Amino acid sequence: MSVQMHLGVLADPSRGSEPVDIRGEDPGALRAYLRKMVLIRRAEEIIGDRVASGEVRTPCHLAIGQEAIAVGVSASLRPTDRVFGAHRSHSHYLALGGDLEALFAEVLGRDSGCSRGMGGSMHLYAGHVGFLGSVPIVAGTVPLAVGAALAARKDGRGDIAVAYFGDGAAEEGAVHESFNLAALWKLPVLFVCENNLFSSHLHISLRQPGDRVARFAEAHGMEARTVDGNDVVAVARTVRELVGRLRRGEGPAMIEAVTYRWRGHVGPREDDDVGVNRSRDLVLWRRRDPVRRLADAMASARLLDEESFAELQTQVAEEVRDAWARAEKAPWPPREALLSRVYWHGRGQ
Amino acid sequence: MRRLRYGEAIREAFMYLLDHDPKVFVIGQGLWSPWYVGSSMTDLDKLYGPERIMDSPVSELACTGAAVGAALCGYRPIVVHPRMDFLLYAMDSIVNQAAKWAHMLGGQAHPAVTVRSIINRGGEQGAQHSQALHAWFAHVPGLRVVMPATPEDARDLLIAAVWCDDPVLYVDDRWLYELEEDVGDVTVRSLAEESPKVRRHGTDVTLVGAGYSTRLCMEAAKQLTLDGIEAEVVDLRVLNPLSIEVPAESVARTGRLCVVDGGWRTCGLAGEVMASVLERTGPRVMRAAPKRVTLPDAPAPTSRVLEEAYYPNVDTVVRAVKELF
Ligand SMILES: Cc1ncc(C[n+]2csc(CCOP(=O)(O)OP(=O)(O)O)c2C)c(N)n1
Ligand SMILES: [Mg+2]
Repeated sequence: MSVQMHLGVLADPSRGSEPVDIRGEDPGALRAYLRKMVLIRRAEEIIGDRVASGEVRTPCHLAIGQEAIAVGVSASLRPTDRVFGAHRSHSHYLALGGDLEALFAEVLGRDSGCSRGMGGSMHLYAGHVGFLGSVPIVAGTVPLAVGAALAARKDGRGDIAVAYFGDGAAEEGAVHESFNLAALWKLPVLFVCENNLFSSHLHISLRQPGDRVARFAEAHGMEARTVDGNDVVAVARTVRELVGRLRRGEGPAMIEAVTYRWRGHVGPREDDDVGVNRSRDLVLWRRRDPVRRLADAMASARLLDEESFAELQTQVAEEVRDAWARAEKAPWPPREALLSRVYWHGRGQ
Repeated sequence: MRRLRYGEAIREAFMYLLDHDPKVFVIGQGLWSPWYVGSSMTDLDKLYGPERIMDSPVSELACTGAAVGAALCGYRPIVVHPRMDFLLYAMDSIVNQAAKWAHMLGGQAHPAVTVRSIINRGGEQGAQHSQALHAWFAHVPGLRVVMPATPEDARDLLIAAVWCDDPVLYVDDRWLYELEEDVGDVTVRSLAEESPKVRRHGTDVTLVGAGYSTRLCMEAAKQLTLDGIEAEVVDLRVLNPLSIEVPAESVARTGRLCVVDGGWRTCGLAGEVMASVLERTGPRVMRAAPKRVTLPDAPAPTSRVLEEAYYPNVDTVVRAVKELF
């Protein structure tokens, strides 16, 4: 069997702007996907605006344009699953149901932040919904997810682990060691690669001999699927099937979701960031907007009209604005926090 | 003499090396981006081409190991890690392989590789994007560690590092890139002969720093004159092998010592300097117990209010020094 190295049309921005295929999907679930994607987008837009204005200083990597992946993945997860993220994880956190105000407070460095103001945008935590942590060391959490899967199997309740990582992370040895271990021990871990074709300023063609990351999972005999990452239904369907296998103990799996980030690598700028001008492709990728494509499909199926979509957006915008206003008023962490959390034993609160 | 900024001085060293030595090439993340490594490598790819300025995948271990391997075959590669935190994936290539190669194979082969690692902290970047781990590396025999504090050293010590026959960790600091000073022409130095320098003469107390900490010492020394304290400032420059003569000789005259370091306290550079100085001078010259100013023993926080308290600044140094009197 020869290795399929390339993504082909999935990576072609002039393709795939049509409404997503929602046949057979539950209308309530579709409405929930739409709302969550709009929430993530609006939340990241306000964060981006506040980075631009200087109010937020912690480095923020925005996933605007990539919302469908976290939303589609989270639809099959439960709070006892164990999810790990990376530097671009606002969407992972919010899609699982992480608290909006606590996210805002965290990027503002407040005591009420989801990591108590110790971590900023790149270190998020929401244990109660299964989000066990995100960190900016590329691929840093991938082996941890493998260990969480090992623990889940020992626990024997059918829980699974999820490792979100990017196409760039697939260049780290840690990912390949993790694939081998997970495959060898048949661990219930879902590797979710958000392939947005870039690692900071470098397009994947300058970093890898092929642009299809799923090939690495296949090389370990893992079940792997490559899907349109801007199609929330395709992601959700694929993950539903893979998670079923994982919960039944059939070994690890990978989903590679092909997408594109609309903003710069870090910060709010649109196309001119870290020395790369991507404006031509960005215009095309915007037509593959995951939010618009779902809304259009729902409109055609008479599940949504312009008015109710506008109302949903207004509601979300208000929710975001209110959460931001509350987060801004939150107190700063106390000075003792500098030392009181280094060791668990004898910690302060 | 002309004015030169620290970041640009690094860039001039790269150009000097690439112009004068066909065996020199550079691997690392961000080398084709004007943003990644500050002003220190701008447009080198355009001047020297992608064969010699190789931007890389996110593969610290393989890139560093590959540089060690190429060095074993006669090249003088420089690996660039835009943050010291990222280089932890490459520990094996540096600590187990490069540092030990000459010794464990009976002195018959040696990787002349330079690992450039940038300290990039502050700005609410947090625990994994802030570390200054130079002391760890200075602990490893066989690995030379340099930490320039001035534009001239940033340039000349990089050239010396690359032309040194041993593996070298070169640690520069983003907080220094805008520092502008007079520099002379390039001086080709042998790294093995480089040692600490007195950057400012004084009679009352010896302040010791390396890299950015040297700047803190210099600024603190200026402020201390207002209190009638004349501080001598010693810049370590080379952390391994550590030559203690210059700081010890200074302390023997001043009788007071304050070591400033941007790393953590426990088992850190400051403690090593204090111990080595005191071993040399004996306790009787000391007019006060020595002091160290370091990070608290905690990872970097993000929240600005905690970050402000976390990093030592000129005032912290001034206060510590005053306690010696
Ligand atoms: C070990 C390590 N090396 C390098 C970096 C710098 N870095 C931060 S994010 C990033 C890009 C990673 O690309 P990818 O995994 O595709 O994620 P994306 O940014 O596209 O979401 C890089 C290289 C890092 N944070 N950690
Ligand atoms: Mg990417």
